[in-house]
Amino acid sequence: MEQIMQIDGFIALYIFMLAGFVGHEIIGKVPAILHTPLMSGSNFIHGIVLVGAMVALGRASTPLEQIIGFIGVFLGAGNAVGGYVVTERMLEMFKSSKGEK
Amino acid sequence: MNMLNMTLIIDLSYFLAAVLFIFGLKRMSSPVTARGGIVWAGVGMGLATIVTFLFPGMTNYLLMVIAIGLGGVIAWVSGKKVAMTDMPQMIALYNGMGGGAAAAIAAVELFSGKDHGLTFGILAVLGGFIGAVSFSGSLVAFAKLQGFKNTTLRFKGQQMLNLALLLSSLVVAVMIITQHSSGNLVSIFFMLSLVLGVTMTVPIGGADMPVVISLYNAFTGLAVAFEGFVQQNPAMIIAGTVVGAAGSLLTQLMAKAMNRSLAHVLFSGFGETIAEGQEVTGSMKPIDATDVGVMMAFANKVLIIPGYGMAVAQAQHKVWELTQLLIERGVDIKFAIHPVAGRMPGHMNVLLAEAGVPYDIIYDENEINSEFESADVALIIGANDVVNPVARTDPSSPIYGMPILNADYAKNVVVVKRGQGAGFSGIENALFFLDQTRMLYGDGQEVAGELIQAVKSL
Repeated sequence: MEQIMQIDGFIALYIFMLAGFVGHEIIGKVPAILHTPLMSGSNFIHGIVLVGAMVALGRASTPLEQIIGFIGVFLGAGNAVGGYVVTERMLEMFKSSKGEK
Repeated sequence: MNMLNMTLIIDLSYFLAAVLFIFGLKRMSSPVTARGGIVWAGVGMGLATIVTFLFPGMTNYLLMVIAIGLGGVIAWVSGKKVAMTDMPQMIALYNGMGGGAAAAIAAVELFSGKDHGLTFGILAVLGGFIGAVSFSGSLVAFAKLQGFKNTTLRFKGQQMLNLALLLSSLVVAVMIITQHSSGNLVSIFFMLSLVLGVTMTVPIGGADMPVVISLYNAFTGLAVAFEGFVQQNPAMIIAGTVVGAAGSLLTQLMAKAMNRSLAHVLFSGFGETIAEGQEVTGSMKPIDATDVGVMMAFANKVLIIPGYGMAVAQAQHKVWELTQLLIERGVDIKFAIHPVAGRMPGHMNVLLAEAGVPYDIIYDENEINSEFESADVALIIGANDVVNPVARTDPSSPIYGMPILNADYAKNVVVVKRGQGAGFSGIENALFFLDQTRMLYGDGQEVAGELIQAVKSL
């Protein structure tokens, strides 16, 4: 499993810092009416954990690891799909209210 | 060579996914582009998921597909079916699932007994801990909002128990990191974390749940980022960190809107005992719908303050119908929304948007508060604590200092309410006893229907 680029030490710290700043900036100017959809949207985005869970399950060798990996993928898929569906439903309504005007 | 190409495709796709997440989230922060934003993020997620199947050195594909199918279908169906009013607990549930997935990644890494080195060992354990706490904590939050009311539990020494749990998981964590995970230690570690998530969340009252859910949302983001470092997955690192930071800020904004510090939310009991405060004097004066209909139809300016009661009664459509009737009669009518009305910031806006209310007649607390003095009628539908003037006047009240909507400044106040009970915080509302206040008892939707009839018959 050679990776082209190793993310550790200060590189990791830089990525962490910059991504943190981005998240902070994005939320900073949001009107209150979008707080719930936005919380839901960010809830969807951490559904990317699904990808990590898939890799964990893919590399699992013992039955215990397989069971935990399976649960992980199940939960991750629930996070991603559920997060998408509820966010989309909420934002759908903003569209319709705009269309009526 | 082929392998290298594969890794390149995967890396490129993850990069693209990270870009789509950030721009998607950015688009979601404006009402005009919000809908496109979730689609962008969705494309990123789909892309990242598909290329992960190409990951070299993987097995268990059948299990993977079954797990994705199972989790995906259950979440899809429940997400489509759930009523708009129940959105907050669904967010809590899906968030908990994400935390659980992060904890599961950590568990697989730790149970495998691989030597991760110090840094990655710490990150794996930390991510697992935060993920597990977020998992069990979110499930408790879900249960509370779903209406299992007696989940609020407080006992003596609860803080000590939490502290003890925290410290013991810390000790076990250090043991795991220093002597490379033994299976038993890892099991104990996750047990402790899961129990801590539960004991941390059970004493927190339902009124504070939005803040708690938002906090756990940020937690899950962090846990995902940490596991991303362990797995060397840049998409997870970036998405997780962005959500961690965004979630933390959102949590602060919410806590601020309720005038409660985060520490206060987490470590104090609120919403259970009837607050001491000052004794409220006077009586509640009932009124019937016909009179309110007349009052509003001939008013110049009406402000409507919706609250959780409107959500429960599903009254938003009727309220909008009523609003349209009044607009036709030339009444200047606006919606005044408190930042924490309902169970989540923006909860009311979502419901009103669902009913078709254009967002330019919906105002925030700080935009509208100066207008109450010139309003003839303030119609309060199922809101309580957010209009309680004791927050301004009574320093001994638990909600003292919380910004409120100044409904008590309006010439007439009509409160639509199901019964005489206190609000979610358990505090008696002084507004209901004022001279200009009238109580209109009944279910929000039925009352709105009666008001429509009353206005139509004029």
